[in-house]
Amino acid sequence: MHHEFRWTLSLAIARSLRLSTAHSPPEVSRMSLEEPEPSTHGDVGVTEDGLDYAALEALIGDSVIGRESHVNADGFVVRPDDVQAVLGTLKSEAGFDFCSCVTAQEYQDRYESIYHLKKYDDPTQEVSIVVPSPRDDPHNQTATPVHQTAAWHEREAYDLVGIEYDEHPDLRRILLPETWQGHPLSRDYNQDKPQIVTLREHANPLQEDARSASDPDTMFVNIGPHHPATHGVLHVKTTLDGEQIADIEPDIGYLHRCEEQMCQQSTYRHQIMPYPDRWDYVSAGILNEWAYARAAEDLADIEVPEYAQVIRTMSAELCRIAAHALAMGTFALDVFGDFTAVFQYAFRDREVVQNILEDLTGQRLMFNYMRLGGVAWDLPEPREEFFEKVRDFLDELPHKLEEYHDLVTGNEIFQMRCVDTGVLSPEKAKEYGCTGPVARGSGVDYDLRRDDPYGYYDELDWSVITEDGCDNFSRVLVRLREIEESARIIEQCTDLLEEWPEDDREIQANVPRTLRPDPDKEIYRAVEGAKGELGIYIRSDGTDKPARFKIRSPCFSNLHSLAEMSQGEYVPDMIASLGSLDIVLGEVDR
Amino acid sequence: MSSDQPTPGDAQSTQEARIGSGADDRFNSKLREAFGSTPFILTKFDKFMNWVRGSSMFMLQFGIACCSIEMIHTYAIKHDLDRFGAGVPRASPRQADVIIIPGTIVSKFAPRMKRVYDQMPEPKFVVSMGSCTISGGPFQEGYNVIKGAEEVIPVDIHVPGCPPRPEALIYGVAKLQERIANGESSPVTVKPYELEQFGDLEQDELVDKLASEIDEEDLVMRYNWADAP
Ligand code: SF4
Repeated sequence: MHHEFRWTLSLAIARSLRLSTAHSPPEVSRMSLEEPEPSTHGDVGVTEDGLDYAALEALIGDSVIGRESHVNADGFVVRPDDVQAVLGTLKSEAGFDFCSCVTAQEYQDRYESIYHLKKYDDPTQEVSIVVPSPRDDPHNQTATPVHQTAAWHEREAYDLVGIEYDEHPDLRRILLPETWQGHPLSRDYNQDKPQIVTLREHANPLQEDARSASDPDTMFVNIGPHHPATHGVLHVKTTLDGEQIADIEPDIGYLHRCEEQMCQQSTYRHQIMPYPDRWDYVSAGILNEWAYARAAEDLADIEVPEYAQVIRTMSAELCRIAAHALAMGTFALDVFGDFTAVFQYAFRDREVVQNILEDLTGQRLMFNYMRLGGVAWDLPEPREEFFEKVRDFLDELPHKLEEYHDLVTGNEIFQMRCVDTGVLSPEKAKEYGCTGPVARGSGVDYDLRRDDPYGYYDELDWSVITEDGCDNFSRVLVRLREIEESARIIEQCTDLLEEWPEDDREIQANVPRTLRPDPDKEIYRAVEGAKGELGIYIRSDGTDKPARFKIRSPCFSNLHSLAEMSQGEYVPDMIASLGSLDIVLGEVDR
Repeated sequence: MSSDQPTPGDAQSTQEARIGSGADDRFNSKLREAFGSTPFILTKFDKFMNWVRGSSMFMLQFGIACCSIEMIHTYAIKHDLDRFGAGVPRASPRQADVIIIPGTIVSKFAPRMKRVYDQMPEPKFVVSMGSCTISGGPFQEGYNVIKGAEEVIPVDIHVPGCPPRPEALIYGVAKLQERIANGESSPVTVKPYELEQFGDLEQDELVDKLASEIDEEDLVMRYNWADAP
């Protein structure tokens, strides 16, 4: 296609310009990443038919003090002071290089942290490492030296549940204010007790006495929590050395609205479903709902009719298009202040998608369309009209995408700002637990729709997009190209739905009115949300409400990598990186 | 200038001369006709200012949660709030007259929001968008959620919905314009959470406990969850 040629050409120019400036970050060669290096990890426990947990148990031997069986994987109970050894061995010998999530919870007699481990190469190979600690003095060893991503997860566990992690580099509250009293997801927390929250004036960095003593040339700058470029209420504490970033720390929690608590006090069958819409709220609602639906359906053994799966797949991909369109529009706004063209175009296209989704679900944003075992209702009548709308949208899409490529990826200013800035190497991306377009923009070929298939994805013809640039540019490019793939999926789904025999349009399985999964059943299940791996951990206690409901948010882990990307970069490049991460604070803070 | 301008010397009233002729003359307006030849408008200055204020509102670019997505859609291409004289989002509170509060307010954010509100010049107006800003909405029972924007700052217009549709927000803004034009003033919040110096708080168990962590002069907000509606 001609536009592709054009941007490649100006891309080369932009690169050479970048390279001539002094501060240019280390050049990451695109070529070398094309062929994944042969894995140096061992593959203990991998057999033809699934994981051999006995071999894994033998591998970590003495540390194991018990076995558990979760719905998604087996779990090993290990001694609280052996965490690093166990995770390290599993990483190097058995290839578990992805610490997807850390769930903390309090039982009547103990605290427990669960490390949900996976492999980037094959996320269906999972193992849970369960670490109990005593109720009166809950603490266990941190996993941070093995998995960088655990640092934030453990801070959250400390904040909300109250487990202390020994040797943690920086164990502070992460979501709640520093002066908060108590740990709200622990058993004896009293939510009616008053709290005091401070509004500290940050010292004026230009004043002599406020400069850091060790390095008097640095300057401290607050970005946010109310700032147009932070995509919501994020606070970034930056320390500058001249114009370059010496240190950066995202301060989150300005939108921590107790999503986990809300889900824990709602019933499985109907009350939980509206909440996922509000995690990643940039129209990605149905993708999030699917995360809950998948976890709960697997927990309660519910089979979803095929027809419903096709509708789910189609509507979820519509959501992905809307979400990626917003990501691109706001990114253009951040990077070259484009409030007029790209931003408005993106919103124009979102309006079209929202209209289609409104026809389908009755809502513009908070769809609440999925039900456990299917979807709320069938396609709107007259069906032909609905299909026509969808097809019209798909027909126009290639032209619109070309326009975006002309305006955005082919734009020289854009390229100057984005090529080779905010570099995140694939190794670092894995260490920080990045997923979604952020990981795929760093050449990590990981997409749950293909690697851990659900819905109707494995019956359809589409491909996973990766880019090897590892920079801000690649991440945007991945999103734009993913829109094309989503369109392919939607088209195939529309064909299928159109020809689906009328007497076989079953939209919901037969699900009891009140769901009470067996007590002590545990599950961790994830889907590919708009931003990456959106996982849910549920533990049931035999009642109609989950005993523990933990959300693994892709944005949370992706945001963690911001410091890595922007070390030594200029402030505007950091803003570009933040935009290219495409975080939604509702999902970061939950 | 149209070519059929009357040549000098033609008998003509001042009014005719000002209004000109021809239906396509863009300076003709109802207002012009009503005023006739008088180049003055007589009105109360206050009234005039209110009318001006209502017709040219600078909104603060302020996003919090899900509702802000619908708020952006209200500004953007299809709904285009600018058509109603209220579509200039300003990034700085010091340039804004109206703040739309689009989302859930939590304990960590409320002091910051209060600060942003305080930085806006008078007269200022508040539109609260969505159930979260009315009562805490779906998160009302959350341990960290403020039960409505009115707990922190005074609100002029509430737009219910979760999220309200862009049309609803536009209606809310139009209602606000109406109120401003009529000179109706802001309500006062009952029992808001205030920013106060830590040293001024009443002594109790919690204050004693935190005394070592917080300076006397630090601004704090104290949440009495038990008294919340
Ligand atoms: S009212 Fe609803 S849509 Fe608006 S911020 Fe609250 S939860 Fe989100």
